[in-house]
Amino acid sequence: MVKVALIGAGKMGLSHLSILGAHPKVEIVGVCDTSKMVVEVLERYSGYKCYSDYLKMVEESRPDAVFVSVPTKYHYPMVKELLNKGVHVFTEKPFCLNPEESNELTQLAKKIGVVNQVGYHNKFVGTFREVKDLVKNGAIGEITHFQGEAYGPVVIKKKSETWRSDPTEGGGCLMDYASHVIDLINDIISPIDSCKGSMLKSIYSKNVDDSVYALVGSNSGASGVISVNWSDETYRKMSTSITIIGTKGKIISDANELKVYFKGDGFPKGYSKGWNVKYVTDLTEEVNFYLRGEEYSAQIDYFIKSVLGENNRSINTFESAWKTDKSISLIKNQSSL
Amino acid sequence: MERIIFGDNQFFAVNHISDEKSRAQSIKFKDDSAIIKTLDIAIASGINTFMCTTHDRIANICEIIRKDPEKYKDFKIYPCMPYAHKYANAVTDLGIAGTLKQYVPGNFLGSLLKGGVAYLSKDYISIMELLVDAEMKMFKGINTPVIFLQNVITDLLLGLGMDEFLVAFAKYIKEKYNAEPGFITMNLPKLLEVLEKNGINNPIICASINKVNFRMSGGKDLYEKTLNEGRCRIIAMQVLGGGAIPAGEALEYVSNLPNVESILFGASSKQNIENTVETIKYHDQKKKASSIIG
Repeated sequence: MVKVALIGAGKMGLSHLSILGAHPKVEIVGVCDTSKMVVEVLERYSGYKCYSDYLKMVEESRPDAVFVSVPTKYHYPMVKELLNKGVHVFTEKPFCLNPEESNELTQLAKKIGVVNQVGYHNKFVGTFREVKDLVKNGAIGEITHFQGEAYGPVVIKKKSETWRSDPTEGGGCLMDYASHVIDLINDIISPIDSCKGSMLKSIYSKNVDDSVYALVGSNSGASGVISVNWSDETYRKMSTSITIIGTKGKIISDANELKVYFKGDGFPKGYSKGWNVKYVTDLTEEVNFYLRGEEYSAQIDYFIKSVLGENNRSINTFESAWKTDKSISLIKNQSSL
Repeated sequence: MERIIFGDNQFFAVNHISDEKSRAQSIKFKDDSAIIKTLDIAIASGINTFMCTTHDRIANICEIIRKDPEKYKDFKIYPCMPYAHKYANAVTDLGIAGTLKQYVPGNFLGSLLKGGVAYLSKDYISIMELLVDAEMKMFKGINTPVIFLQNVITDLLLGLGMDEFLVAFAKYIKEKYNAEPGFITMNLPKLLEVLEKNGINNPIICASINKVNFRMSGGKDLYEKTLNEGRCRIIAMQVLGGGAIPAGEALEYVSNLPNVESILFGASSKQNIENTVETIKYHDQKKKASSIIG
């Protein structure tokens, strides 16, 4: 059994907690939250030992691993403390407020040798995994250009302020929403390492960006366009998609549907020349407990397996999230020039 | 419960395999009249039960149904609550306490948060009951013999080990609405075990059941074993596996499973609705005939 504690029982935290609670190899030893009501409900109905001080929780409950799902600005100080105590850490995305902090934590985690994972769940979506395999195996040739998009209805009117509307806490469309797309591109193609121009626009929010448009370049020489808007109510929920153009073909994929076009006769097994369509249902492995998308259960299962030494701990490491923070920072800095 | 139940995903652009199809549905069902027209086609095909989420637009549909009692006299709705996106968006925006403040009617929560009411176990159950009442308001005067808890909530509570809320929901639905409680889940074997442990026997459960193991946590074999044991009243949903299985093959599989009381499906076109009904009836008759011949 892996002893797990959780800090921050908000929307993501409760989702993690439920999936962890149903995991056959997990024992939940503590939950920390600042809301008195949340703590009372979890103590009374789930029987979890709850705390308001995470250091006290770690001290008393002695977890093997800790999940951190608090506003982004707290990731750095909390994760640093946790690493120094030698516990395995899963933290929510984006990783840190700036790449300097992420780099420091990445090096620290390496030095201490604990499992480290960040919650970029799209990496566990069947279609995107298939896209990565196709690209890495050269199925569409050399990548010349890509387009990364995400749209959804997060901020669709002027409204009350939360941490998501405070730039110093890690809020905003670039940090919170576009980070998913950037992280996917960094992983599938190669890290975005230049930004030729970018615009961060506020639509309804006062202090943070609601949309991000950027012209970028990746380490491998491909050019790309990032277009992300979280104030688009024509989407029922977040929709993330990537288009990748290669010398031998083209890929258009979202979390549900993968469309691939092969120009010539060199296509992988299971595909044919011209257009191919595959659905996530064909590309998804069943999970043991389903709450809100296989990828949320799969990323937790992967983390627990990493802790148990049952895989090579290579997906969503701090290092990959640090590279994403670097790309985010490039886009942000370019917009203020 | 009737053998065939009509669902509502197509009306609200819920499509598990394609964002493009989802947008097309959103355009097609922009007006309430398009929803009513499709419901009328389903009724003409012999389906009298509509299982739907407590989406704001369902309130308009209920209004239309109430105005024509003669036409809809045999029509039943199985409400599924809550419409999760409404709460999920609110939690992102307002936090958990803020969301409860917004959606719990009256001043109950305000006094609770201020400590005016003692934090007794019963109080959180009462909040749940108030939320149920708020969701049920739109169905006033409509026949709702079974009332469901949506899978995201059922499964969240299941994972958190909050069995008491599942039990309290069942109890409240029976007492207040004189209806059968139902649970939607993606984790049938685990849920059934928990409900039975808490004294809820032979519950109504709506679960994803299909030939390709789609959203059947614990696996198809365990699902088939559970169905064979006949410990619950099952409504099979997602029988097409999110579109991965040809309809004929999918319906043949699910029609022939033991102890599946009802099959839930949604469709937009007259042809698809009629074909689905015909196909299920065909397999049911074949099964009946073969059981008589022995």
